[in-house]
Amino acid sequence: MSCRSGLSHNPGLYIHVPFCRSKCRYCGFYSVTSVDAIPGYIEALCNEMEMYQGIFGTFDTVYFGGGTPTVLPPHTIETILAGVRKSFALTDNPEITVEANPQDLDMTMLTSLFDCGVNRLNIGVQSFNDDILSFLGRRHTVATVRSALDNARLVGFTNIGIDLMYAIPHQSIEEWFATLDQALMAAPEHISCYELTIDTGTPLKIELESGAISLPDEDLQFDFFIKTSERLENAGYVHYEVSNFAGKLNLASRHNRKYWDHIPYLGLGPSAHSFLHNRRWWNHRSLSRYLDDLHKAKKPVEETEALTDDQLCLEALSLGLRTKKGINLTDFKMKYHVDLLREKNDMLARLKDEGLIDIENGILSPTRFGLAVADTLPLI
Amino acid sequence: MESIRNFSIIAHIDHGKSTLADRLIQHAGVVEARVFKDQILDSMDIERERGITIKSQAITLPYRGTDNNDYVLNLIDTPGHVDFSYEVSRSLASCEGVLLLIDASQGVQAQTVANLYLAMEHNLEIIPVINKIDLPTADVTRTMEQIDAELGLDPYRSLICSAKTGTGIEEILEAIVHRIPPPKGNNDEPLAALIFDAAYDAFRGTIISCRIFDGTARNGDIIRFMHNEMTYRVEEVGRFLLSRQKRDRLSAGDVGYIIAGVKTVSDVKIGDTITIDTKPCSRPLPGFKEAKPVVFASIYPIASDDYEDLAIALEKYTLNDASFTYQKDSSVALGQGFRCGFLGLLHLDIVQERLEREYDLSIILSVPSVRYRFTLKNGDVVDIDNPAYYPDTATIEKSEEPYIRATMMFPERYLGAVMKLCREKRGDNSTLNYPSPERVELVFEMPLGEVIYDFYDRLKTITQGYGSFDYDVIDYRESDLALLDILVNGDKVDALAQIVHRGNARTRGLRACEKLKEEIPRQMFKIAIQGAVGGQIISRTTISPFRKDVIAKCYGGDITRKRKLLEKQKKGKKRMKMIGSVAIPQSAFVAVLKSDSE
Ligand SMILES: Nc1nc2c(ncn2[C@@H]2O[C@H](COP(=O)(O)OP(=O)(O)OP(=O)(O)O)[C@@H](O)[C@H]2O)c(=O)[nH]1
Ligand code: SF4
Ligand SMILES: [Mg+2]
Repeated sequence: MSCRSGLSHNPGLYIHVPFCRSKCRYCGFYSVTSVDAIPGYIEALCNEMEMYQGIFGTFDTVYFGGGTPTVLPPHTIETILAGVRKSFALTDNPEITVEANPQDLDMTMLTSLFDCGVNRLNIGVQSFNDDILSFLGRRHTVATVRSALDNARLVGFTNIGIDLMYAIPHQSIEEWFATLDQALMAAPEHISCYELTIDTGTPLKIELESGAISLPDEDLQFDFFIKTSERLENAGYVHYEVSNFAGKLNLASRHNRKYWDHIPYLGLGPSAHSFLHNRRWWNHRSLSRYLDDLHKAKKPVEETEALTDDQLCLEALSLGLRTKKGINLTDFKMKYHVDLLREKNDMLARLKDEGLIDIENGILSPTRFGLAVADTLPLI
Repeated sequence: MESIRNFSIIAHIDHGKSTLADRLIQHAGVVEARVFKDQILDSMDIERERGITIKSQAITLPYRGTDNNDYVLNLIDTPGHVDFSYEVSRSLASCEGVLLLIDASQGVQAQTVANLYLAMEHNLEIIPVINKIDLPTADVTRTMEQIDAELGLDPYRSLICSAKTGTGIEEILEAIVHRIPPPKGNNDEPLAALIFDAAYDAFRGTIISCRIFDGTARNGDIIRFMHNEMTYRVEEVGRFLLSRQKRDRLSAGDVGYIIAGVKTVSDVKIGDTITIDTKPCSRPLPGFKEAKPVVFASIYPIASDDYEDLAIALEKYTLNDASFTYQKDSSVALGQGFRCGFLGLLHLDIVQERLEREYDLSIILSVPSVRYRFTLKNGDVVDIDNPAYYPDTATIEKSEEPYIRATMMFPERYLGAVMKLCREKRGDNSTLNYPSPERVELVFEMPLGEVIYDFYDRLKTITQGYGSFDYDVIDYRESDLALLDILVNGDKVDALAQIVHRGNARTRGLRACEKLKEEIPRQMFKIAIQGAVGGQIISRTTISPFRKDVIAKCYGGDITRKRKLLEKQKKGKKRMKMIGSVAIPQSAFVAVLKSDSE
C-alpha cells in the first residue's frame, strides 16, 4: 500500500477509561461513577496489554478516551503509560491524547499529564453558556473552562482540542455562534462539533418522549451543520471530517484518522474496539465482566467479526465519504476491485450536479453539503 | 370403489370451509392432537397469515359409518375468494358431490350462488350445510328461506352445524356417505387419470395430483401424458393425508398423487390425462376450460441478472397455479420480463408474494391493466393489455374496453350507497331483484377497469361487510381512452403508465402522483413526478430531498454498527428499482392504482 498524503500507517492504541464522576443527562455511554474499582481496573488493563504484546507493531498514537480519563488520580496515566511502554513499542514522537473534563484540569493534573509525555488534550467543553451546561448535566462551568484552557497553555500544551455540542433543545443558531466565537478566541488547535444525541434510557430521553423538550427539525439541523462549517472554515479551520475541524490539516487528530483510514488499532479497556487486517473485535461493555475475564487470564473479548472484502469495501466507502480527503478512486479500485467511476457513473454525476460530491484528480470527496448526508452517500 | 366418496367443500369466502374440514379431519383421527392447528389444510404460510384459503387442498379420510361399513372420503377444501374460483372448478371435476356451506349469520352470498352453479355444471350431488349456528346472530330459518328462494334447493334437505364447536359433524358424515354417490369407473379399463394440480419438488420432480377415472396406476408402470405423448416410469403413487402417504396402487375412483421423476416441467399440464403407454385409453378426459385472465401486469426481476432464474421459477410456479399465465415481455425502464395474466388483483398480489417467498426472487410488477381493444384506421383490430403498446393515437379509429356484469347481494338499506358507488365507477344498465325480503340483488354493467382494484373493498365497507360481489366479463364497449404516462425526474417510466378513460385521466394522474409521493422514499435530491397525457403534463408533485442525516460520531466503536445499518439499508434498496438515479420501491407500481382509502 502506498503511503498517501504523508500519513503514517502505524497502528494506534486506544485506552478506554470507564469512569465518570457523575452522569451527563444525555449520555448512555458505558461508564461507572464509583471510583473504588480504579485500582483493579489499572491492574487488569496492564494484564490486558501483555496479552497483545508483539501483535500490532509500533504504535504512533495513544489515546485515552472515556468516560472521563481525568477522573483517574494524578499519576495514574503515568502508571498506565509505563505499562504501555513496557508491553509495546512506540515511535519516537507518538501523539498521546487524553480526553479531559475541564473541572479536573487543575495545575497538578495538567503538570502530571504533561510530564509523563501526554502532548495533546481533548477537552470536553461542550458550551460557553452556563445554562446549557447545566441543562446538559455537565459538572463544569464556563469559568472552569477558561481557567483549564489558560492553565493548559501555561503548563506548555501546544496541541489542544475542544469538544462542543450544538442543536440542543431551545438553542438558537445565534446562541451557538456565541459559543463558537468564545471557542475561537481560545484558539484551540482542534475543534470537534457534535450535534447533541440523546441516548435511550437517559433523563433527557425521558423529557424528550414526554414532549417536555424537543430537538431541532431537519431543516434547523441542516442550518446548524452548514453554518458551523462555514463559520469555522472562515476562521481558518479545515473541516476534515463530519464533526472535526483542524487548525491546520497537520493538526488533525492523528489517532482518529486511523479509524477512518482502516489502519489497525488496538483498543484496551471495557467496550473498546480493535481492528487488525480484516478482523474487528470488541471487549465486554461491563467493567465487572471485563475484570472477571482478565482475572481468569482470558481476553475480555465479547465478539469478533471477520470482515469480508465486500464489508471492507462498504466500510471504506462510508468512512471515506465522511472525510474531506475522500476516496482515491484508483487505490479503491485496486484494493476492492470496484470501479466506482464506471459502475456508479450516473449516480455520481447526479450527486455532483446536486453539489454533494466533487470528483477531481481521481479523488471522490464529499462537499460541505455532502458531509451533511454522509450516512446516505455510501448507498449510491 | 363402492366405499369411496369424493367431495369438495364449497362456499362464499369465510363461511367456514377450512374449519369444517378441521372437524372432519379430527373426527377421522388422522392427526395427532399435539400437531393440530386451526384451518390445518391452509398449509401455506401466506394462507395462514392472511386467514384465507388460496389453493384447493385434498385429503383422504377413513370413516366408519353407522352402518358399520368402512368408507374412504376424499375431501377437497376449496378457496372462497372470486380470484381463486378456477381452483374450485378444477376440484369439482374430481368429485361426485359437494358440501355447500352457508354462514347462518350472513346467509346466501354472491359466491354461494356462483359456486352452486359450478357444482350444477358438473352434475354433482349438492348438500347444503348451514354453518356457524353457534353465533348469536345466526338465523337458521332465514337461511333456509334463502336456500329455497335464492338457490332453488330443498331447505329441508339441508344440514345444520357449527364447524367451530363440532355440532352436527356426525350428520354431515352420514349424509356424505349416503347422499353422495360412489365414483363410477372401471379398474379393468385402460388408465385415465385427470391431472388437477401439481407441485415441483427439487428432489422428486413433479408431484402430480390426479383423480383416477378408469384403470389403475402403480409403481413401475410406464405412463404417458396424452398432450405430448411423453412417457415416464412411475416411482411412487399414494394418497394425500397431511403429508403424502405411499400406496402400492391408485385405482379407479381414487384421488391421489403420482411421482414419476418428471423434471421437464412443461410435460405436465393441468387438465391433461395420464394413461398407460402400452394400453392407452381411447381419448383424453375432457379436462378443464382454460382460465381467463382479466388483469395483466408485467413481472421484472429487480436485478436484471435474475432474469433466467425468474424464467425457471415461473415455469415451476405455473404447475402449482394453473390460473396464472405468462409470456415474454420487455420494458424500456425495467428491462426483460414477462407479461402475466391474473384472475384478479388478489391473485396478482398472491403470485408476487409466492414468487418472492418460494423462489427467493425480488420482483417488480408494472401497473396492472385490463385488456383494451383498438380498431385502427387500416382496419386492424388489436387487443392491448400493456400500456407500453398503446397504439399511436393518430392511427386509432375506435377504442373499446371490457365490460362486466357485476352481481351484488346486500341488505336493502345499503341500496342508495351502492348505487352511488356503481355510478361513480361508470356503471350502467342496472337491474334490481328482491330474492327474499329486505335483500337485494343488484346487477350492473360496468367497465372491468373500474372494478379491478378496490371495488370489492369499497363495496364491503359501504355495506358494513354484508355485501358480496361476483362478476362475469360480458363484452367490449366503445370508450374514449387515453394513455396516462408517468415521468420520474423527466424520465418516462413505461411500467407506471396506465390506459385510462379520458374523463378520468386528470383524477388518475393526480392520484398516481400522490401515491408515488407516499411510496417513494425521500432521497438526496429532489424528485419530480409528473403525469402526462399525449405529452401534456396534467399533474405533478415533488418529493423534497433530505439534506441532513449524518450521525455526528464515527470512531472505533461505531464503525461496525454503522456498517451493519448500511448493509440493512442496501438490502432494502435491492428491493427497489433504480429508474435513472431514483430508487422506486416495489409497492409503488401497484399502489398507483389505489384510490385514497376513505
Ligand atoms: N363462530 C363460528 N365461527 C366459525 C365457524 N366456522 C368457521 N368460523 C370462523 O370463520 C372464519 C373463517 O373460517 P374459515 O374456515 O377460514 O373459512 P373459509 O370458508 O375456509 O374461508 P376461505 O377459505 O378464505 O374462503 C374463522 O375465523 C373461523 O374461526 C363456526 O361454526 N362458528
Ligand atoms: S458525556 Fe462523557 S463525561 Fe458525561 S457521562 Fe458521558 S462519558 Fe461521562
Ligand atoms: Mg378456507
